[in-house]
Parts: sequence; C-alpha cells; structure tokens
Amino acid sequence: MATYYSEEHEWITVEGDVATLGITQHAADQLGEVVFVEQREAGEEFEKGGEIGVIESVKAASEIYAPLDGEVVEVNETLADNPGALNESPEGDAWIYKIKLSDASQLDDLMDLDGYKALIG
Amino acid sequence: MTDAPKRTPLYDLHVELGGKMVDFAGWEMPVQYPMGIMGEHKQCREKAALFDVSHMGQVILRGENVGEKLETLCPQAYAGLKEGKARYGFFTNEDGGIMDDLIVSNAGDHYFVVVNAALRHQDIPHMQANLDGVEVTEIFDRALVAVQGPKAEDVVGELCPAARELKFMETTLAEIGGVECRISRLGYTGEDGYEISIPEADAIRVSKLFLAHDDCEPAGLGARDSLRLEAGLCLYGNDIDQSTSPIEASLSWAIQKRRKEEGGFPGAARIQKELTEGAAKKLVGIKPEGRAPARQGVEIQSENGDTLGAITSGSFGPTVGGPVAMGYVAADHSAAGTKVNLIIRGKAQPAEIVALPFVTQNYKR
Repeated sequence: MATYYSEEHEWITVEGDVATLGITQHAADQLGEVVFVEQREAGEEFEKGGEIGVIESVKAASEIYAPLDGEVVEVNETLADNPGALNESPEGDAWIYKIKLSDASQLDDLMDLDGYKALIG
Repeated sequence: MTDAPKRTPLYDLHVELGGKMVDFAGWEMPVQYPMGIMGEHKQCREKAALFDVSHMGQVILRGENVGEKLETLCPQAYAGLKEGKARYGFFTNEDGGIMDDLIVSNAGDHYFVVVNAALRHQDIPHMQANLDGVEVTEIFDRALVAVQGPKAEDVVGELCPAARELKFMETTLAEIGGVECRISRLGYTGEDGYEISIPEADAIRVSKLFLAHDDCEPAGLGARDSLRLEAGLCLYGNDIDQSTSPIEASLSWAIQKRRKEEGGFPGAARIQKELTEGAAKKLVGIKPEGRAPARQGVEIQSENGDTLGAITSGSFGPTVGGPVAMGYVAADHSAAGTKVNLIIRGKAQPAEIVALPFVTQNYKR
C-alpha cells in the first residue's frame, strides 16, 4: 500500500483501484480547529485541480482541491457530526473520500513522504 | 517608511507563550496560542483570559469642557459623564455614518479615550482639528491589556483590591505590582472584566502576574473575535463603517435621550430622521440552521429569493456550539423569527433572524 502526497497537503493511499484521500496532519495543524466539512457525494466525478470540498475552521474556509482525476465512491459520513476528528486523526480515521482513479499514471506527479517532508520543511 | 508590522510592549511575551503571530491592522499580534481559539474562547467564558489590546489607540484629552466639546463629534452625552465613568460611543460623519467607535472615560483631570487600531491615524487628527482648546495626546508608552471572564475579578482583584469595587463602565487609577495602572471595568467579550493601561516597561511583568493565577490563560485575536460576535458587539470595518448609521447598526441604545432630542452632532439630520421613521436596513443576529459557517459577504435572501442584504460578521460560536452571524437585512425582514436563506458557495442554506446577543452578557452592574 503506497502513500502519495500533493502540494495541496493531501495524502492518498492506493489499494488496487481504490484510493483513500485525506488531508495531512500538517494541513490540519495549519487550519486550526475544524468546525465544518462540506463533502461531495458518492458518484460525483472530478478533475485534477477541481474543488472537491471545503473545510472550515473557526477562522476561515479552505477548499480541498483534487490532486488527480477520479470519482467519489465513498464519503466519510462521520465528519459531518464530528468535524473535529480532522484535527485528531487526519491521516487515519478522518479520511475524507474513497475514490476511483481515472488515470493511475497521475500518481507519478505526486510526492512520496520524503518529498512531502521536504516541502513542508 | 517601512511596512513592517509594529510590535506591542507584550510582543516578547506572545512569542514566549507560543502565540501564532499575524499582521492585524499593521500590528504583529497573536491570533491564538497553543490552546487554540476554541479553548481560549471557552476559557474566557468559563474562567478568565488575558488579551493584548495594546494596538488600540490610547488618547488623553486635556482642556476646559472636554465632554461638551466631544459632543460636537459624537452623538453621546459626554458632557454629563461623571468622573470615574466610561461610556461607549462613536464619531459620526456629516452623512450620519460611523467614523469609528470608541470608549470615553472621565478620568477627573483629563478624559481618556480608546479608539480602534486601524483608525488611530484618522481619529487623532480628527480630534486635534475639531476639539478647540483641547490638548489631544496619543499615548505610545503604555500597553493595554484586557482580562476578561467570570474569574477576572479574582484574577485582578487579588493583586488590586480596588478593582473589585468598580462596577461595569467605571474606571480608576490603582497600583498593580507596584506600578500605577488605569483600570476600567469593561471589555468587548460580553463577559465581566477589565481593560488595564500599564506603563510599557512593566507590561510583561504585570501581565505575568495575571497569568500566574490558575484561572487566567492568554487568548488571541481569534477568540476575541468569536467572543465579541457571540456577544452581539459590532466590529468596526465589518459591521459598521462610514456608510452605516448607528440606527441601521442597531446602536440607538448608545445614543442618550438628550442627544436624540437635541441633535447637534455630525449627521444628526439623518440619524434623528431614522430614529423617528426607522432605517431602511437593520443589523441583526442570524443563526444558520445547519453547521456551515456563513462568512462576511454571504448574501442573505428572503424565502422568495429576494436579496435582503449580506453577512458582515460570521463564524463558528464555540459557546453556542454552532455557526453565528450578523448582517444587514431590509427592515421589513428584520424581526426575530424571520426565516431567510444564506447563499453559501452557491447553495441556499436556511437560517433565522434572532435577537442579539447569542450569549447573555455577564456584566457587573
């Protein structure tokens, strides 16, 4: 199971043709306490760079941008009632979507953990 | 000229306490500390929190009949303000809009005025130009610290018994930690508490005396904003500005009866007319029904889809436990209980007009 990272501070783990997408701990720390998450619905398709949701902290709203093309196959419904989970375990239980990748070769444009660590310093 | 943000006398303390520093109105201020905005907000509602508000302008007015002269710039009854009392007010412009809001205190041999950080450069020349025979002196060598919350009386009173004797909107000089401070029982969180003007050389030491109390923790601008919003208090630049009148902003309570009747302040024609006939729009509390916060600029529509106005302040209210907002709506839709829609990212979200404040104010009257 490989994990990839985007410059928009998302992580993706790929198992077969389904990937799980979330935001990194670094992103969660930068956002501050999350109070609301707006998610797309299962079945919605999206393109790389498109907005696929919004995370709101007390202070501000931040968009989630798709790191690649795909389709939402499952939404983490628990975030609606417990958005604060995104601060506690953004790289674990508080994943945001399960997605079907349209083009697995787009993963090559993403970073590995070492690359991401270098990005956030 | 440099654009580098200025630092308050408490800057080193903010860094020591782990404050996340941001540029606010040209000042490098802590938006939050490691506790986080939610925790700091609840700390203030439940115990006590210490805020650095030194970026606000502190001004001393000296001369004959300062209160009467202030009445030529403000619609408040400052002529009758007794020694030791403070009163909220605002400068109005000739069109009846609000130039800034402020606190004026009668300190006996002078008047003490506190204005917004971003408008120091406007307000001080405005007073210098228009208050004949009044010496207007901006204070640059004192910090201003707010200790707010139900335990504020204990936090400050244990160091300074005189603070316990003050009632809401009263001010005095007293020693804290061996240094003379101006202590005023007021604030902008909706809680009991004090604003304390401290000589800059002693500001960190005195602040640490407050923070040494088990019930007092530092809080940043993030919590200050959510606290004032829940308390239904206007933020200049968001909820009030040069175009909004005090009547539109639901601030008629801050204009005393004599001034309403007599006028004699800038913009009196419009303000007195609106007092009689009502204003076309009103600032109201708005409670979104869902969980999505409605931020500044969000359009407010009637249930029929007509535009009523826009959100001017909106966030998550930690004490309310959900989103809270304020905004202007057409007067015929301003009654509490009116159902409206908020257009958030293109989708209509149901909300209701509610009476302000969202959280009951807890002042020691």
